[in-house]
Amino acid sequence: MAEYDIPEGLRYTAEDEWVRVEGDRLTVGVTDYAQQQLGDVVFVELPDVGSRVEKGRPFGVIESVKAVSDLYAPVSGEVVALNAELADHPERVNESCYEAGWMIAIGGAEQSETEGLLDAAAYRRHVEERSKE
Amino acid sequence: MNALRRTPCFGLHRRLGARMVPFAGFSLPVQYESIVAEHHAVRERAGLFDVSHMGQIHLRGPGALPSLERLVSCPVATLPPGRVRYGLLCHESGGILDDVTVYRLAEDAFFLCVNAANVEKDYRWVVRHAAGDTEVRDRSAGTGLLALQGPASAAILERVTDLPVAGLRRFRFLEGAVAGAPALLSRTGYTGSDGFEIYLAAEHTATCFERLLAAGAGHGLRPAGLGARDTLRLEAALPLYGHELTDETTPLDARLERFVKLEAGGFLGAEALRRRQAEGPARLLVGFVLDGRGVARAGHALEREGRAVGSVTSGAPSPTLGKSIGLGYVSRELAVPGTRLEANIRERGVPVHVVETPFIDAQGRKAAPGRA
Repeated sequence: MAEYDIPEGLRYTAEDEWVRVEGDRLTVGVTDYAQQQLGDVVFVELPDVGSRVEKGRPFGVIESVKAVSDLYAPVSGEVVALNAELADHPERVNESCYEAGWMIAIGGAEQSETEGLLDAAAYRRHVEERSKE
Repeated sequence: MNALRRTPCFGLHRRLGARMVPFAGFSLPVQYESIVAEHHAVRERAGLFDVSHMGQIHLRGPGALPSLERLVSCPVATLPPGRVRYGLLCHESGGILDDVTVYRLAEDAFFLCVNAANVEKDYRWVVRHAAGDTEVRDRSAGTGLLALQGPASAAILERVTDLPVAGLRRFRFLEGAVAGAPALLSRTGYTGSDGFEIYLAAEHTATCFERLLAAGAGHGLRPAGLGARDTLRLEAALPLYGHELTDETTPLDARLERFVKLEAGGFLGAEALRRRQAEGPARLLVGFVLDGRGVARAGHALEREGRAVGSVTSGAPSPTLGKSIGLGYVSRELAVPGTRLEANIRERGVPVHVVETPFIDAQGRKAAPGRA
């Protein structure tokens, strides 16, 4: 059984994104489980700064050698920053999914949506459920 | 939904931490640790693949040679025992039933190595068109197949066999003991790098895989999965059945005419192919390199000035070239190196240009400028 890093203190979605909440700025990336499932990431397509994302709707695309997956917005809001380094170094997602491999920051989210995100324990249960299959 | 079949190495793959995926009805490793790392291992040192899902159809008896002369597109009468030739099984329409390698074991004994997804279809076809006095047997289930690929392959093999490995030339094979088991050792592969394929009884296959991994430990050998097999064959522009080759595609469309005995041939499909040759195929298979970001994948349209002129059959990032590459069919007049097209990737038009194939040279290195 593979080991997955699921840091305490971050919030998560069932679609395998993590969210770091700092005031009303939410930084978003994909989890260790997601990057291990994807394998070598070769391309990340992100929305422009200033565009709107809608909770549960695709905001971008992550592509590995073998597969293409949508990235889903954990909350609704406005893109206030993006990780431009991923354009040239998509492998950062594999090397450092929780730090250098971050994707976008969202501003202006409703607090109720943020509070509805999974905590580390709930997300770990979600991963373990699927690993049993 | 039928349960997935397992190769003799299934338990071993699990122990090695492979990610297993369904492929052609089998559960097979797509990767162990990283497709990219496994790809580089094959190009620079060596990789070991379990390809036991591939099928083997044996033909034996006085009718075997005339049967194969009728069944496959390549010449068989001139193939001496101990040698292998690549060819195609074609429908009478010229469409490709499968691409195969023909092994001549003896004057009147041969086998075809065929794609896993096509074993039953091919077997029925071979039985239907075999001449009298031909014994046809599908020995896929009892046969394991390992592919040891990469420049260090010969040195690794020499540690587990007394067969004269170094002197074995491309597209030839030997029979003898490999890792203590009776085997057929063939200098062939599907990666574009030097390497060997080892056929052996199913029950010896997992042991051979383990013995080779141990023998290769000091040579940088890694187990490698289907993911790397796909990126490796794509760099070498080797076609994949179901992608570049289908029942509706002819060998001429796929630019495989050097494997087709068009003039002399009385093989199935020859007449249709001669007609198509005279007319010129409407579309041709080309290699292309992306000039923008992303990956053009099978099914994406290839466009020129917003008009569809073809479609992608395979695409992937090329670890050797550091570029995104692909194969696809385009209208004949556009099948010229340097032609600029766009790949429609999720409604985004990404510039591509047509290049000569293969994308890499015979040593598995970057090809000369003008190629990729």
